[in-house]
Amino acid sequence: MTDLGWIEASLVAARPRAVGALLRYFRDLDLAEEAYQDACLKALQAWPSKGPPRDPAAWLIFVGRNVGVDGVRKRAREQDLPDESALSDLSDAEDPAAERLDQSDYRDDVLRLLFVCCHPDLPATQQVALALRIVSGLSVRQIARAFLVTEAAMEQRITRAKRVVGQAGVPFETPGAVERAERLGAVAAMVYLVFNEGYTAPVGQEDRGGLAEEAIRLGRLLLRLFPAEPEIMGLLALMLLQHARAAARFSADGSAVLLDDQDRSLWDPKLIGEGLALMDKALRHARPGPYQVQAAIAALHARAPRPEQTDWAGIEALYASLERLEPSPVVTLNRAVAVMKARGPEEALALVEPLEPRLSSYFYFHGLRGALLKQLGRAREARLAFDQAVSLANTPAEAAHIRAEIESLVDEQPRLRRSS
Amino acid sequence: MLYAVLCYDREDVVGAWSKEEDEAVMARLGAVQEGLARQGRIGPVARLLPTTAATTVRKGKEALVLDGPFAETKEQLLGFYIIDCKDLDEAVTAARDLAAASGSPGAYELRPVSFFHDWASLTTPEAEPA
Repeated sequence: MTDLGWIEASLVAARPRAVGALLRYFRDLDLAEEAYQDACLKALQAWPSKGPPRDPAAWLIFVGRNVGVDGVRKRAREQDLPDESALSDLSDAEDPAAERLDQSDYRDDVLRLLFVCCHPDLPATQQVALALRIVSGLSVRQIARAFLVTEAAMEQRITRAKRVVGQAGVPFETPGAVERAERLGAVAAMVYLVFNEGYTAPVGQEDRGGLAEEAIRLGRLLLRLFPAEPEIMGLLALMLLQHARAAARFSADGSAVLLDDQDRSLWDPKLIGEGLALMDKALRHARPGPYQVQAAIAALHARAPRPEQTDWAGIEALYASLERLEPSPVVTLNRAVAVMKARGPEEALALVEPLEPRLSSYFYFHGLRGALLKQLGRAREARLAFDQAVSLANTPAEAAHIRAEIESLVDEQPRLRRSS
Repeated sequence: MLYAVLCYDREDVVGAWSKEEDEAVMARLGAVQEGLARQGRIGPVARLLPTTAATTVRKGKEALVLDGPFAETKEQLLGFYIIDCKDLDEAVTAARDLAAASGSPGAYELRPVSFFHDWASLTTPEAEPA
């Protein structure tokens, strides 16, 4: 790797910690970001000749703080209105003791930086955009491409999100144990949102695939900060195990490949190995939570060398415990899939039918219901369900998949019974 | 004399490499390994999973199992084992047995291995001490 490559990777890796510490000093997101950018420019000048510092993040924090302080002073002079409160806030930043960042400061800095991005007033997509901009340091252009909007629109969206965060006030006091746990929960949910933005991306959107990897990086960062939290182990394991299937999830023509039909030799054994190792660690805590259970489900899929070797009874039991932890009709729908595989379509359909009022506008509900009816030989009802599914499809790939089901209905009438 | 070459680097930086960069580095290292292998001078090579996958067993009367990598700097790295385990519990059991047998303080850091290749079975020239 070239020197410049090393420097770039170091800047990317140091960013959350550096911006997090600068946010603590300046108490303003824009100032913190600006100071970090200035420090990066200085790093690009200094590091190639002088060699990289031992602790790049500490270097960036130190330099960023100094250029930031200069900037605040200069602006205050230009405006001829010395901002006393801003300057007094900075006085403790110049205390040499502030340079010694201990592990707990560092942890709370990074957690705070992530936490400001998941303000409850921000819709999910804005949380994700803000985190990608501020924590991951992706450019507005990169984020705009990921969300399929123009750069100007994304710029506006991020500015608006920053304003919401600024008005809400960033929580600067060191959090207590309960508050820290709450923040961690909110941040974990936001990281999983980032992952899903990438994971659910249509094929050919490599930038969005990058989001899944970015989320995994954030998950690793969180787990380094909170090494004994089983739910963070579960979150990272879940993302790794799902992302391991990335290369097998879409066919060359862009259509979605169902789990059963995926070429499992394309699954990434390294990511699966890491995910399973994390699950082992989490299990020892015997404190299950939604991420751990979802990861355990993904692990059972990953452990099956062939689809027919999948432990569907185990998966059904895991979905049942997920229903207890986080009751939702979508989870029940997923349990119905496991029931269908383990015990046949009749029982599964009995589980699915009562969900109609709550899932009537959900693509997967009609898709599964159609598939179950088809298996039971109720072709006419199956077709109606599939027709509804097509009208609710989120992507052309989903619609194409259901159309293929409808075509096979026509071909195989009048009676069709497919073994699962 | 056999030498162990222990690799240290910044995990967050290596983790920020793209897949292509990572593969390019591995390919370059692989070429060096092949050179040594042609001379029959290289044994097992391993790449460890990130420290987030690590578990530490603190030796002592009751061995203590902690999440995360070994973090102290008072102790020095004195040796390592590669053992085949069906899961982490088996690895912890093995580490506990070793801890009980060694009778000294210190720790074992358990790190899942993501890549392992044994180029050749090397042995030290002298008979191994009992």
